[in-house]
Amino acid sequence: MSASFLFRRLVYGLILMLGVVVLNFLLIRLAPGDPAMVIAGEMGGGDQALLDAIRTQYGLDRPLLTQLGIYLGNVLRGDLGQSYFFNQPVATLIGNRIGPTILLVLSAQVLSILLGVFLGVIAARKPNGALSGFVSVVATVGYAVPVFWTGIMLIILFASVFPIFPVEGMQSVRLRGAGFWVKAVDIAHHLVLPAFTLALIYLAQYARLSRASMLEVLGSDYIRTARAKGASERAVLFKHALRNASLPILTVAGLQFGNLISGALLVETVFNWPGMGRLAFESILRRDYPTILGVLFFASAMVVVANLLTDLSYRLADPRLRGKT
Amino acid sequence: MKLITRFMGTAVFATAALFTALPSAPVHAEGGTLVIVGSQVPRHLNGAVQSGIATAVPSTQIFASPLRYDADWTPQPYLAESWEMAEDGLSLTLNLVQNATFHDGEPVTSADVAFSIMTIKENHPFQSMFAPVEGVDTPDEHTAVIRLSQPHPALLLALSPALAPILPKHIFDDGQDVKAHSANAMPIGSGPFKVTEFTPGEAIILQKNPDFFLEGRPKLDEIIIRIIQDPSAMVIAMENGEADMYPFLAGSQDVRRLERVDSLTITNEGYAGIGPINWLAFNTASPKLSDVRVRQAIAYAIDRDFITNALHRGVSTQQRGPIIESSPFFDETVEPFNVDLDKARALMAEAGVTDGLELTVDYIPGPAEQQRTVAEYLRSQLEQIGINVSVRAAPDFPTWAGRVGGHDFELSMDNVFNWGDPVIGVHRTYLTDNIRQGVIWSNTQSYSNARVDEILAAAAVELDEAKRKELYSEFQQIVVGEVPVYFINATPYHTAYDSRMVNPPLGIWGPMHPMDMIEMPRGD
Repeated sequence: MSASFLFRRLVYGLILMLGVVVLNFLLIRLAPGDPAMVIAGEMGGGDQALLDAIRTQYGLDRPLLTQLGIYLGNVLRGDLGQSYFFNQPVATLIGNRIGPTILLVLSAQVLSILLGVFLGVIAARKPNGALSGFVSVVATVGYAVPVFWTGIMLIILFASVFPIFPVEGMQSVRLRGAGFWVKAVDIAHHLVLPAFTLALIYLAQYARLSRASMLEVLGSDYIRTARAKGASERAVLFKHALRNASLPILTVAGLQFGNLISGALLVETVFNWPGMGRLAFESILRRDYPTILGVLFFASAMVVVANLLTDLSYRLADPRLRGKT
Repeated sequence: MKLITRFMGTAVFATAALFTALPSAPVHAEGGTLVIVGSQVPRHLNGAVQSGIATAVPSTQIFASPLRYDADWTPQPYLAESWEMAEDGLSLTLNLVQNATFHDGEPVTSADVAFSIMTIKENHPFQSMFAPVEGVDTPDEHTAVIRLSQPHPALLLALSPALAPILPKHIFDDGQDVKAHSANAMPIGSGPFKVTEFTPGEAIILQKNPDFFLEGRPKLDEIIIRIIQDPSAMVIAMENGEADMYPFLAGSQDVRRLERVDSLTITNEGYAGIGPINWLAFNTASPKLSDVRVRQAIAYAIDRDFITNALHRGVSTQQRGPIIESSPFFDETVEPFNVDLDKARALMAEAGVTDGLELTVDYIPGPAEQQRTVAEYLRSQLEQIGINVSVRAAPDFPTWAGRVGGHDFELSMDNVFNWGDPVIGVHRTYLTDNIRQGVIWSNTQSYSNARVDEILAAAAVELDEAKRKELYSEFQQIVVGEVPVYFINATPYHTAYDSRMVNPPLGIWGPMHPMDMIEMPRGD
């Protein structure tokens, strides 16, 4: 893997992010609604002088292109601006929220890949068997059901009817003073329902994909050869077949990362998970432009990084690609 | 298959083992912790420059104010141990307690009171609260004299914790714009609790102020305010004991559901001060609605009983006029419009509307039951008198506020607060000089009546309560009759709380009042 490949990918990523920032800036301004009105409304009304003062304070009285120029200049200096609503640096607000989002998205990613691939492999062993049919049905349903509906159903079932899991949030407020491990277990407890909800849709995709991929690989000559050599079924499945079937899974995993982040917006809202998705949702309703732009900036950065890592892992998994740029 | 069974078994076992390790009983600190849930997100915690319940609940714990109020609308000493209104009504002397300190140890003095009142006058959106204040004199460290340009009967109520937090001058008087001051997020006050953590949009942690100037208070060690956007999640949190108090609960299903929980008490007490009214506003500047007979016809066509009993499942109470019925200024003799479709049709004919009328109704985004559901009911109900109503949804608050504030509407459902005294929260809707383009919750109805302006001007300076009541009585009769607004119901705010709670916040300001007397049982 050459340094020039890495460099080129990074430059592409930066150009992409710059484009994303400009596009987001313009798209958000096209939405109806005035942030000054929101702030004045939140303050209980106010008068024209207050509205004017708010617009001046946040530079909303300047031409749009001037605002864009100022914003781009600030972003290049690493300043994402101040939230109109909270009057705090956007970077601080995102800093508070990015950890929970990464935890949720990575947990869902790992859960969906592990469970999905596992189910796909199992189903591929006997493609016409009952288990394979069951996995296909689960995969189809999981893919078709809207993520917010799954979340609400899980809350009703596991937080209300059978109160096994907490209904919302990331931590129990009453355990704030507890030790590290109690807190860690508490967070894991809160993570189960949202992570599973977010994982379900992608789990289904991985199950279908790995089943198809495994079926193709299992029909290959080298698998027949491995079996003829007396390799155990487990070794055939997981050592010979799965590694070769994993390339499309890896590709999809990278591409899915962006979808996972957008899915997190809904899941975080349903479960009151204190992440960036919820911050984005609430900021859109408040027309808090700097915060929305900041969240989108970070989300695109995460997608660019995930795609880069996918490219790298793809090359690690497939030696044929290593020499290519 | 064996593999799956083994995997599932391991997963179930691991999950069970993991979560049985969690402490099952909540850990209560000495003195008790009160967990409050709410859906509104405060921008910051400084109630001197920000109105609204989201800020007021924490702000009234952090800041003390000159006075506080009991459940009978009687002012009680707080930072001011006594007070005296001059005979001519042009000054109010506050004698401050001598032992009050801010959370950083600095003493509370008359200079802080003077600074705070002038800051509120200049920055708070409720301009009428301190509009007549000319200045605050400080003859000594513990005496503040508020000078007025005219008598101001709402002044004492405006000195309540929710409206007049006393700020530390040594922190806020540093040249920064107070509305955007860096100390607003974690402010220092002299109230019963100190803010120790504020995660925007998530939680506010308030710890007991051990040096609070009222001896033996606060009783609680800690208050945690959790912000949860979904009302259903708050209901489940109350059912599961994850939260102790859910104020501003308004959904009828949620109220009925929590009423069935044995360990909880549900009450609608504590909202007389805020005085929330759900109403249908008319844009009287619209040619379709400028004729009072058309507005009256609409009022006669609406069945208030149906709205409160069927749509709101009986949890809300009817509201007949512009002043909340729990206020001492409410006029019991106000005659509401009782549904009478024949009379409504006759009024439409009298107004010359014979070919029907097309109207659009907006509604403030929020709980559907109070707003959208009623707007949709209007569509079917007004059809019976020949009015074809289109319901126009707004995707969010800014869109709705832009339409109504910009007078770009015909009818709109709205939820507006009285804020204690009519001067503060009622006058703004009806005064001719408060018809202001682009300002939400001003006189967006463009209603103008010279006699109403005269009455409100007189009531704003009348110190004799009986005379004020008379003035407001006439005002209510006129406004109800001329229908710039059709009053539907008092927003059914309820507080759900753990029945073991001692001294729940049920005064006129409810949870927007210092919670220094609340006790929570320990070890529960």
